[in-house]
Amino acid sequence: MERNQLRRKLANMRQSLFEQGYLDEQFTQLEELQDDANPNFVEEVVTLFYRDSARTIQNIEQALEKNPLDFAQLDSYMHQFKGSCSSIGAVKVKSESTQFRNYCKEGNAEGCRRTFHQLKKEYAALKKKLELYFQYARQAGPDETACRPK
Amino acid sequence: MNLGGGQTAKAMSAPSSSASLKSGDVVSDQFPAGLRVLVVDDDPTCLRILEKMLRNCLYEVTKCNRAEIALKLLRDNRNGYDIVISDVHMPDMDGFKLLEQVGLEMDLPVIMMSADDSKNVVMKGVTHGACDYLIKPVRIEALKNIWQHVVRKRKHEWKDKDFEQSGSAEEGERLVKPLEDVDYSSSATEGNWKTSKRRKDEEDEPEEKDDTSSLKKPRVVWSVELHQQFVAAVNQLGIDKAVPKKILELMNVPGLTRENVASHLQKYRLYLRRLSGVSSHQNGLNSSFMGTPEATFASMSSLGGLDLQALAATGHIPAQSLASLQALGRPTTKNSISMPMVDQRNLFSFETPKLRFGDGQQQLNNNSKQINLLHGIPTNMEPKQLASLNQSAQTFGGLNMQVNPQASQSSSLLVQMSHPMSRTQMLNENKGNHVPRLQSSIGQPILSNGIHSGVLSRNGIVDNVRGAVYNPVSQASSLVDFSINKSAELPGNSFAQVSNSGISSLTSKGIIQEEVSSEVKGSRGFIHSYDIFNELQQHKAQDWGMQNVGSTFDASQHSALQGSLDVSPSSLVQQGFSSSQKDRNVSIGDAIFSGGEGAHCNNSKFGQQFNSFVADNTLRVKAERLPDSGCQNNLFPQQFGQEDLMSALLKQQEGIGSVESEFGFDGYPLDKFPV
Repeated sequence: MERNQLRRKLANMRQSLFEQGYLDEQFTQLEELQDDANPNFVEEVVTLFYRDSARTIQNIEQALEKNPLDFAQLDSYMHQFKGSCSSIGAVKVKSESTQFRNYCKEGNAEGCRRTFHQLKKEYAALKKKLELYFQYARQAGPDETACRPK
Repeated sequence: MNLGGGQTAKAMSAPSSSASLKSGDVVSDQFPAGLRVLVVDDDPTCLRILEKMLRNCLYEVTKCNRAEIALKLLRDNRNGYDIVISDVHMPDMDGFKLLEQVGLEMDLPVIMMSADDSKNVVMKGVTHGACDYLIKPVRIEALKNIWQHVVRKRKHEWKDKDFEQSGSAEEGERLVKPLEDVDYSSSATEGNWKTSKRRKDEEDEPEEKDDTSSLKKPRVVWSVELHQQFVAAVNQLGIDKAVPKKILELMNVPGLTRENVASHLQKYRLYLRRLSGVSSHQNGLNSSFMGTPEATFASMSSLGGLDLQALAATGHIPAQSLASLQALGRPTTKNSISMPMVDQRNLFSFETPKLRFGDGQQQLNNNSKQINLLHGIPTNMEPKQLASLNQSAQTFGGLNMQVNPQASQSSSLLVQMSHPMSRTQMLNENKGNHVPRLQSSIGQPILSNGIHSGVLSRNGIVDNVRGAVYNPVSQASSLVDFSINKSAELPGNSFAQVSNSGISSLTSKGIIQEEVSSEVKGSRGFIHSYDIFNELQQHKAQDWGMQNVGSTFDASQHSALQGSLDVSPSSLVQQGFSSSQKDRNVSIGDAIFSGGEGAHCNNSKFGQQFNSFVADNTLRVKAERLPDSGCQNNLFPQQFGQEDLMSALLKQQEGIGSVESEFGFDGYPLDKFPV
């Protein structure tokens, strides 16, 4: 029973992540890749993403302190970031990064800073939600167990 | 992954990689499973996901996060991989550089990927020889199909072997050789910059060539830096003048031997040809690929990305120009000259129809046929070599001359080659228009010949379009006698600018010049418009010239026809073309109009018909332009053509009239390009 409750809760969390626009179908793709060989593939990738992107975020932060801004450099960083977050289906963060790059092209420093601020917010919010989600997922155990009538 | 470390280099040419593919076309049931994939991406998240996806596809995956490492892996285990997937943006090495290196050293299919979906980046990837371009996030569905590229690549290789003589050559490298045999066609595929002399030289060392194709084991590792030095040296010397000894001197790298450089030079040339080979493929076998942007792009890059653009620009025009050329030839009654023009046009016409017309099927057929035509043309030329041969010889000589003087040009070409990026940009500019018109562009050079008379008007157009781009025409004018004459005229137009024109002009000049010096000038002007693509154009021009020559011969045979054509033109004009009697003539016209009708394609197939009936074409052209202007307009909606054509027609009511119309077409393309 507990496990079933946990499962339901997990499903609801997942559902809301999609409904609130945090994730898109790319995340589903990752879930589909999960198999016996990599039972925690999604979590693994998301962890990898947050570990790697933290450095990129830091780079962007530092670059934004410069004056005048090196838009080419910023765009390059953000391009990399965009590639990563789109790969895990973090669509909200991705759209912020797209916006950021647009501002880079326009040379809009104010727009860049504002968007980056927003991006970090979304980035952190998603992280929090996903961490919680994976925590529950671990407690609920692997899918096979859940599916099997006990 | 079993690496074939011990395997010999020859595996490359006959990929033995995955067992499944060993038998070439015969594929085992498990085939895609076990495909050996090398993934390169600096982003660990993407890399991990890709790795997992590829493994789920049952491929054997090797991942690496740096391009340099990827290159090392590829070099250390030359037969260890079937396909490479690489990110575009990487800190240590641009993905395009990796692509170029892989294309240069090992003929593996490379798929580029990036979160950047802008057209110019995609175009760049394709022009650099990428067989596919994936936008991130990459989906597993896309990866499930990548084995196609491996099969396709191998199939090309097999076919190359089979069709070496047919000239259908899918791969530029191998095609080149067959083409060379044919002589005329060779110019198009290869670095046309190579003069006929050059070809002879190469033929003298066939063994060397073979060696390169089978990939010798390199004793020297051609790092990116070393390769850049090499490219710089080649560019400095000019591709046609670059001999190993001089390159070695320029590079001044201790430990590097002449043999090392010679080997690398061969590979580099093959690489350049391979890029250009795509275009040839399109013409010949790959008509099926016509639709695919890759082929066109690739062709552009190889020939010169410029060519494509030019083609696109000229593509529309060609038909017209051809017609006009024909028209010109008629009035003068210069059989030989007019004939050549016609031939060229025919060829072009084939191409153009494809591009313009959606009719992929017919077009494809035409393409294959076109190749045949080219081959056939040369033969034709032999018998009819009479005057036309002489002319052709002259043209060749002129080309050679140009080539030498154009050393700078060739170098620029090399530069372009080395910097696919620039080409892509060019392409990008042309984009939609260009792609569809690429083939036509080839035809355009021919057209330029025919156009000669019309040249003046065209030049004007071209100049407007690419005025900035064009350099001083000096080369063309100086190189070619014709050009000189023209140059005088051109000055006003500013056509002289481009040296490139020289090449195209050369071919056309050979034929045309005799007849109409003024015309020639005009054609040069056109060429100029292609300036950027001079190299390509030149090559093409030479080819065309060759073809033209052949066609000219045909024309001579049909000289009587021409006379008739002249008569018929006004009356027959459109109808005459269609009729069997005048089929030949008609065909030319059709080609020009290409657009128009499937019949055209058929006509084009019959090189003779085309050639012989330049006059008809002219007639048709005139007729079309005047009454049927609508047709042309359809093809070249934006062309100034109509007005220009009209004016041209008015000016040169006679044969010239057609020429003028052609010019009008040219004008269109040009405009498009410049924009």
